Amino acid sequence: MTRFLASVGRTVLSALAMVGSVALFALETVSHLLRPPFYWREFWQALIQIGWLSLPVVGLTAFFTGGALALQIFAGGSRYGAEAVVPSIVAIGMVRELGPVLGGLMVAARVASSIAAEIGTMKVTEQIDALVTLSTNPMKYLTLPRVLAATLAVPVLVAVGDSVGIFGGYLVGVNRLGFNGAVYLKNTVDFLEQWDVVSGLFKGAAFGFIVATMGCYHGMNSGRGAQGVGRATKSAVVSASVLIFAANYILTELFFAA
Amino acid sequence: MIELRDIHKTFGSNHVLRGVNLTVPKGSSMVIIGGSGTGKSVTLKCILGLVTPDQGQIFVSGQNVEDVSRDPFLARFGMLFQGAALFDSLPVWQNVAFRLMRGALKRPKAEAREIAIEKLRRVGLKPEVADKFPAELSGGMQKRVGLARAIAADPEIIFFDEPTTGLDPIMSGVINDLIREIVTEMGATALTITHDMTSVRAIADNVAMLHDGVVKWTGPVNDMDTSGDPYVDQFIHGRAEGPIAAVR
Ligand SMILES: Nc1ncnc2c1ncn2[C@@H]1O[C@H](COP(=O)(O)OP(=O)(O)OP(=O)(O)O)[C@@H](O)[C@H]1O
Ligand SMILES: [Mg+2]
Repeated sequence: MTRFLASVGRTVLSALAMVGSVALFALETVSHLLRPPFYWREFWQALIQIGWLSLPVVGLTAFFTGGALALQIFAGGSRYGAEAVVPSIVAIGMVRELGPVLGGLMVAARVASSIAAEIGTMKVTEQIDALVTLSTNPMKYLTLPRVLAATLAVPVLVAVGDSVGIFGGYLVGVNRLGFNGAVYLKNTVDFLEQWDVVSGLFKGAAFGFIVATMGCYHGMNSGRGAQGVGRATKSAVVSASVLIFAANYILTELFFAA
Repeated sequence: MIELRDIHKTFGSNHVLRGVNLTVPKGSSMVIIGGSGTGKSVTLKCILGLVTPDQGQIFVSGQNVEDVSRDPFLARFGMLFQGAALFDSLPVWQNVAFRLMRGALKRPKAEAREIAIEKLRRVGLKPEVADKFPAELSGGMQKRVGLARAIAADPEIIFFDEPTTGLDPIMSGVINDLIREIVTEMGATALTITHDMTSVRAIADNVAMLHDGVVKWTGPVNDMDTSGDPYVDQFIHGRAEGPIAAVR
């Protein structure tokens, strides 16, 4: 019994220690924003890697999700004779929830893993040590550019995903469900409020921050050897995904709870 | 001058350094020898602050390394890592010129590139190599690029972790001469780890032998053959029998 309690205690303590060290890591990253130098070249490269190159996968996911959403809402709505809500619910569902969450998850899969693998490999091949001896702070040179780029790029990806998702819903609505194109669009625009969209973009920024921070954190703390890097990559994706869901719930409470 | 006093370092249950004492006079070349896994690389990393010792003090130019400000301190050093540790996202010349392209020593790009190509030449690499990426080079070439990077900013103190492993005998000779030259002509202080006894004789003023976590013997290179120390004798003659166990 005592042994069981001790092991529970140990797990709780190590989880708390982990939360603390992630929080400190995030704080340190942000603090470097205020202390020059800022490495622009690394920032631009990260922006391209994280933002531009994620467009196809985020766009495709949003497109199919928007289409499926239209079908589901139509099927559900027809039980109450409420088929007309399809455009507005697709739009609201997309911009408030699915756009940011799916975008964030796809970026987590694509970016958290590649950041963790890259930085983890740098760690095990002593490249991080080499950076330090060359008077370059790894947090400034590697972490800050990636975290900042992700925080700025993911909202843009979410905006693109929102539009593509609504467009997917529109295509399905018009071609499969017999909506009139002009009516569908008018319904979408009329029901959508500015805050619906903006709140989704804020979520996107938070998710981008989470993804890049988890990628960098696990990469920097990677164990030795190929196995260490593999484990770091896995932890980065898993923790980023879970944190995205948790943050999504908290932000939804903050933004929309009456 | 570099001085290590009673340095201890443990990784988990592995008690690697157990009280290392070592003095490297300014402008001299010290070579550390010792079996694989005895903590030679860890010792260098302790001095640079990449690994924090559990116990003991390190002084560089009379100052405790814990008290100095990191950036100017590290700017005085050059380090060649055992695995070269080149940045694989950057072409070779930008690796060599890394320090010259950012921070306090920043200079125009063209000038940094010129210096990089000159340093590459000194380690026996052609200018064509400059625009390649580290992954396109052989192990020995990567090692030499790492060496060029270590000396690029003309540091006062240079650490070389196995500079000649993986090189052919002629290239080893070139590198030995280069290290000797850096010490005698530029007045740098060098601390080199090597397993290559030809290198030891070519570059060392003084030799220190690390074994069982302590410096077993240290003295001028000329006294090495007549040290009378059974550990040193076994090591420099590469005998399987002796006080140093073959299985470690
Ligand atoms: N970061 C680390 N974490 C855990 N153990 C480490 C770490 N760095 C080194 N060690 C251990 O410390 C010991 C000494 O390592 P070190 O790299 O200093 O050996 P070395 O004397 O340089 O050997 P070699 O000649 O083979 O390079 C080894 O047993 C190694 O496993
Ligand atoms: Mg070593």
